[in-house]
Amino acid sequence: MAQISYREALNQALAEEMTRDDRVFIMGEEVGYFGGAFKVTDGLLATFGEKRVRDTPISELSIVGAGIGAAMGGLKPIVELMTVNFGLLAMDQIVNHAAKIHYMFGGQAKVPIVIRAPQGGGHQLGAQHSQSLEAYFMHCPGLRVVIPASPADAKGLLKTAIRQDDPVIFLEHESLYGMKGEVPEGEHLVPFGVANLMRQGKDVTIISYSKCVYDSMRAAEALENEGIDAEVIDLRTLNPLDIGACVESIKKTAKAIMVYEGWRTGGAGAEVAAQIYEAAFDHLDAPIERVATKDVPMPYNARMERAALPSPADIVKVAERLV
Amino acid sequence: MALERDKLTAERALLTLGESELLELYRRMNLIRRFEDRTAEMYARGKITGFCHLYAGEEAVAVGAIFALYDKDYVVSTYREHGHCLAKGTPPRKVMAELFGKETGISHGRGGSMHLFDPNLRFMGGYAIVGGGLPLAVGLGLSIAYKEEPEVVCCFFGDGALPQGAFHESLNMASLWKLPVIFICENNFYGMGTLVQNAICQQELYRFAEPYKMPGVRVDGMDVLAVYQATMEATARAREGEGPSLIEAVTYRYRGHSMSDPAEYRSKREERIWQERDPIKTLRRRLVGERRVPESRLEAIEREVNAIIDDAVRYADESPEPALSDLMKNVYVENGGPQS
Ligand SMILES: Cc1ncc(C[n+]2csc(CCOP(=O)(O)OP(=O)(O)O)c2C)c(N)n1
Ligand SMILES: [Mg+2]
Repeated sequence: MAQISYREALNQALAEEMTRDDRVFIMGEEVGYFGGAFKVTDGLLATFGEKRVRDTPISELSIVGAGIGAAMGGLKPIVELMTVNFGLLAMDQIVNHAAKIHYMFGGQAKVPIVIRAPQGGGHQLGAQHSQSLEAYFMHCPGLRVVIPASPADAKGLLKTAIRQDDPVIFLEHESLYGMKGEVPEGEHLVPFGVANLMRQGKDVTIISYSKCVYDSMRAAEALENEGIDAEVIDLRTLNPLDIGACVESIKKTAKAIMVYEGWRTGGAGAEVAAQIYEAAFDHLDAPIERVATKDVPMPYNARMERAALPSPADIVKVAERLV
Repeated sequence: MALERDKLTAERALLTLGESELLELYRRMNLIRRFEDRTAEMYARGKITGFCHLYAGEEAVAVGAIFALYDKDYVVSTYREHGHCLAKGTPPRKVMAELFGKETGISHGRGGSMHLFDPNLRFMGGYAIVGGGLPLAVGLGLSIAYKEEPEVVCCFFGDGALPQGAFHESLNMASLWKLPVIFICENNFYGMGTLVQNAICQQELYRFAEPYKMPGVRVDGMDVLAVYQATMEATARAREGEGPSLIEAVTYRYRGHSMSDPAEYRSKREERIWQERDPIKTLRRRLVGERRVPESRLEAIEREVNAIIDDAVRYADESPEPALSDLMKNVYVENGGPQS
């Protein structure tokens, strides 16, 4: 299997699906001539031409809205938001339109759009450029929320997202683009709603997604040296959510830590914890813990930013307390 | 690009402004240029991180427009706002310290390059969401009208903001309510790597004033006097209660979009053409040629400015970092909410 980056894996998925289905097209700011702000769409304009790789003005609300309309018109648009922070301008089209149209019209219309957005902090980009907003989308019924950690999942989940017919919010962590991993060539589909067991353990379950999966794995290695055996789960999609995988693990470990980069309060991990309580309260030996970003707009200063974000050390500390 | 009208307005400004005022314009533009050059150096050395967008080449817009304002007039800007903040009068020390992420910075190290704020000088912030500042400017204008005060708001934004709904909604509201807002579009031809002609159906950006029933002018943004004169006219109107104006200042950024952009989407030749129209050199030529200002005066200003910026860098470097214990401070104004 080839070792390619998360960025290349996404690029491969886009190219393959565009080749497979000529209804699939891309639009967004700087996606064509510039190859995307994070170079995910690099080279696609040359291969597929301007009709299918469309540069847009800086008009997030209408880019997403036009994508929704195009989907209703029978196309399969992939809209790239330069970052999720700018996606907030498109919230009306995402929440009031994309998420509602299928249900509100009695199942007669569908909106097969994929909205890709880089997100995350850690690069000293300040309060308006460092957010992780998956919980906003997870809160809204009608949207699928996909958030891959590995290059292979990036490819497999994006291909699935493009092929299925519901609106998908596809969130990529800005720190992961350069990360390499083994990615199957050609047809590789990862189903929605199936978590990935990253590491087996019996003492505590660490449940995570996106970049925090790697923080969790590092924490698990550190814990191993202390004789604590942690299990690590990568959720991969937040909607649908594989709560069954979490419950199975907790039956074994009786303790759980949610690790995520959204703000702690109202984060995706809070929802997962609530669902675990509902399904597996009797199996828990202790309250579920959360390691997440502090409830603060991201400061620019490097040390402060590091203190605001969750870290492997934070996870280790919480695990030690739990076990 | 120099329009007939610009030549006339610039000449008028040259006649109406005294020598000390002209030298002040020269000083401010030099201050910004030097600040930006040193910022690039400090960025390369890793003293400044994150996104950093430099203003070199565009100095005439900030300096000309803000020279037409009073201290109590408001300014709202974007992430490319070092120049606007310095032109408004914020000490370079405070701006450089912010870029270094220090507690002594103008936003106490919490904002960084894209988020400067100086309430004393009514510099109401740099915002990093394209178009995000325009509605705020309308609201500041509303607060002025509400309190029946004589101030105006000067709102800077790039050509990239015109396709945003916020631009159109803001112009409509400001015009509908006759608010004292001067919208200044810095048309530097590019939004990141995208040419204006690939993003906006109407390339004569000042014409967007027409449907919103306000005056719209295009000025040579490489000519500080033309920008000054156009802004004076707009502020006079606004202070009379006649409402907003749109000024399109045609300009050019010398460097890439941000420190990480090599600007491969444009030619070296294009860059050279614009650098020949450098706003600082243009004013210098005028001062020496038409006003007979001795070169030595101008050189003294340049030396003075260099010393100020050297001092700013030293100050920023030696300043303390914010205390980690203050991380959660200032998320709210009230600690736990009002008690009564
Ligand atoms: C709403 C939003 N969309 C996208 C971006 C990313 N972005 C930052 S600057 C920029 C280009 C803006 O160009 P322009 O307004 O012309 O200003 P300039 O950089 O030329 O001064 C883009 C697309 C953003 N910051 N905000
Ligand atoms: Mg521009």
